[in-house]
Amino acid sequence: MYEIRIHSRGGQGGVTAARMMASAAVKDGKFATACPFYGAERRGAPIVSFVRIDDKPVRIYSQINKPDMIIILDPTVMDTVDVLDGLKEGGKIFINTNEETPFPPGFKVFRGDLTGIALRENLVVSGSAIVNTPVIGALAKLGLFTRESGVEAITDTFTDPRNTNAAKAAYDEVIV
Amino acid sequence: MSGKLTMSTGNKAVAAAAKMAKPVVVAAYPITPQTEIIETIADYVASGEMDARYIPVESEHSAMTACIGASITGVRVFTATSSHGLLYMHEMLHWAAGARLPIVMGQVNRTLAPGWNIWAEHTDALSQRDTGWLQIYVSTVQEAYDATLMAFRIAEDTRVLLPVMINMDGFLLSHIMQPFEMTEPGDFIPPLNLPHKIDVLDPKGYGAMSPANVHYQFRFDMEKSMRASRTVIDETETEFKKRFGRTYKPVDEYLTEDADVIIIALGTLGKEAEVAADLLRKEGIKAGVMRIRWFRPFPLDMNIKGKELVVIDRDYSFGFGGVIAGEIQARYPDAKIASIIAGLGGQEVTYEDMAAFVKNRKTGTEFWFGIPQEEQ
Repeated sequence: MYEIRIHSRGGQGGVTAARMMASAAVKDGKFATACPFYGAERRGAPIVSFVRIDDKPVRIYSQINKPDMIIILDPTVMDTVDVLDGLKEGGKIFINTNEETPFPPGFKVFRGDLTGIALRENLVVSGSAIVNTPVIGALAKLGLFTRESGVEAITDTFTDPRNTNAAKAAYDEVIV
Repeated sequence: MSGKLTMSTGNKAVAAAAKMAKPVVVAAYPITPQTEIIETIADYVASGEMDARYIPVESEHSAMTACIGASITGVRVFTATSSHGLLYMHEMLHWAAGARLPIVMGQVNRTLAPGWNIWAEHTDALSQRDTGWLQIYVSTVQEAYDATLMAFRIAEDTRVLLPVMINMDGFLLSHIMQPFEMTEPGDFIPPLNLPHKIDVLDPKGYGAMSPANVHYQFRFDMEKSMRASRTVIDETETEFKKRFGRTYKPVDEYLTEDADVIIIALGTLGKEAEVAADLLRKEGIKAGVMRIRWFRPFPLDMNIKGKELVVIDRDYSFGFGGVIAGEIQARYPDAKIASIIAGLGGQEVTYEDMAAFVKNRKTGTEFWFGIPQEEQ
């Protein structure tokens, strides 16, 4: 089983990103679940979502405490949240940023400027750059699911082509 | 699974199953974490995808009352609620069952205040155990969908004619997204033919006095139907497997045959307990799981002879103990039970915690997870 924890802020689309990730994995023939952790948070508060991908049905409902991968959709959550908590040794980190971010050794760090891509593609809702569709492109590049399944998972949810365009841009631009 | 899989929350799966069953009336009031069920149904009705009368009401008491009024005319009726909403319906839950109305309700298990808490606990529904409703607890999105389809067929069977409540854990299942197959039920749910429906050409008295010399007969009749529902559930689950390939039993068993110790739990805890059993078996402990699905009617043929039981209650009856542990002890007086109270108010309980419950079990005691041993 591969366990992913997503750190984002309320309203940023972290929950939808989790659903599309699980959906893409299912399209690849895997089993997957996406579970947002609902606290008392509102728009702007740090939130976490969980995705589990496995070759057999997922039977676990509790939170992910030892993730194989963490995804940081908003780097500013790191000011208040220990995003690395429990991350397995050798685990992967994907961070939405345009600059190199220092992390302790022992992890594989990947980055992509999802916010920049979203702004470039004019993927902005209510003044916020939407990063949940570009991140699907970035994760396809990292091999979490195929590019085709990622695109399909997006188009199942969003008809606006800016979403798939941004995802394709993120696929090409993620820094591995 | 064979057919096309879609990703869905538990809430949306229940709404989709309700749509498939083609209820004529839906009367409901929103409450977290159930709201997505009735929002989805309201969308179906508004878009014309579902040909039902949707009655928005001002409270859950009115929701159930409207369901009762609609159901007595002999049409199929659906509603959904959670937690305080369910409790607000309490009087009318007795009425619906007593009037022998096959209403089907999605019920999302949520903690009761105070303090305010929106997360999973089973005390809301278990405290309605004596209302005469059948109660099932489900553990996956697919099971939520399938159980909702089956609920209509079971409730409306003339040997039953009692309402059915489909329970799922708040957020843990209501909001999780899992792949599931949206099976078309076809004629799996036969047309409803309510023998005592209001018919202007054949007038009858409704809501009349039932004095002391007849009332107990009505109540015994309810119990006879509750007993008969065991057969109807069995037939329905067998027919479901025949048509759609998925197997369900009143108690879902996992590695129980050679087990020395069995974890008993409801809902998502009962599913995750399977992972605890796998973990324990790697350590040489022969563990298994019994996930009670149908709580009413209560299972009478659990094969627990000679096995130690670790019963996890996500509920509590103050001044008594865990509801499930107590019910098992009452029905199986020889049962050797270690009672665990865990998951109240959405308290996080992992499969590793459950494995620890098994390893540290003390038969005949009650242990509150998270409370220091010296305070227990």
